[in-house]
Amino acid sequence: MTIPLTWYLILSAALFAIGLFGVLARRNAIAILIGVELMLNAVNVNILAFWRYIRPDDPSGQVFAIIVLTVAAAEAAVGLALFISIYRTRRSINVDHLDALKG
Amino acid sequence: MALQAIFLLVSAFTLLMALGAVLARNLFHAALFLVGAFFGVSVLYFLLEAEFLAIAQIIIYIGAIATLIVFAIMLSRGMMGPEAGQHNRYAPFAALALFFLFLLVAWLFNIARFEYSEQAVAPDAIAQIGRAFVTTYVVPFEVASILLVVALIGAIMLARERTS
Repeated sequence: MTIPLTWYLILSAALFAIGLFGVLARRNAIAILIGVELMLNAVNVNILAFWRYIRPDDPSGQVFAIIVLTVAAAEAAVGLALFISIYRTRRSINVDHLDALKG
Repeated sequence: MALQAIFLLVSAFTLLMALGAVLARNLFHAALFLVGAFFGVSVLYFLLEAEFLAIAQIIIYIGAIATLIVFAIMLSRGMMGPEAGQHNRYAPFAALALFFLFLLVAWLFNIARFEYSEQAVAPDAIAQIGRAFVTTYVVPFEVASILLVVALIGAIMLARERTS
């Protein structure tokens, strides 16, 4: 095992920052969802790196990552259904135009 | 050493693909870059000896989620134009702030000391996951399956055409 744990952690921090940039800076709702998916991937890399280097004898780390994967799938399905529903009524999924709930 | 070289190559590829996914002006290209990033992450899982997660990553993320995103992009046409993937006016500030966030987190990871385990991954690691899901983690497992059913029905209800 020649790859240091820190490399994985720094990679996942970079991936998380890139995903968060997508969430904060994009105007299209689907592009925001792409950013969220990247963030969830970064979290999973982190979980699995800790599992491999600190508790490889315990399957809990992998179980946690599988649950994250499941929730990511559900989130993508519901999020995209919402966007399609919004697109149908507003003809746009630009989040700058979605201000109906603004006080 | 070979492993380190592979890791550096794969992580450079993953980060470039992720950058492409958040920067591409064309949303369809962004989705393709996203597939590349998912693939790079799956290779990282192989390097971490989490084979089950690596295969699940390819099947679920590339096979299902990326396909779903491509379909949503095609269903909301007109968003595929050149101005589709534009960034809002906060993008430079967000990039700067997140660069510093990355530096902070990387610094924290660098100074942190962890208690490494020298143990190898058990040969029956995948069987252990299966056993954990029906013993220790049976409740989260059932909750996850209920969540999937709820998401399935909710997505159909939200996206169906209302013709009344």
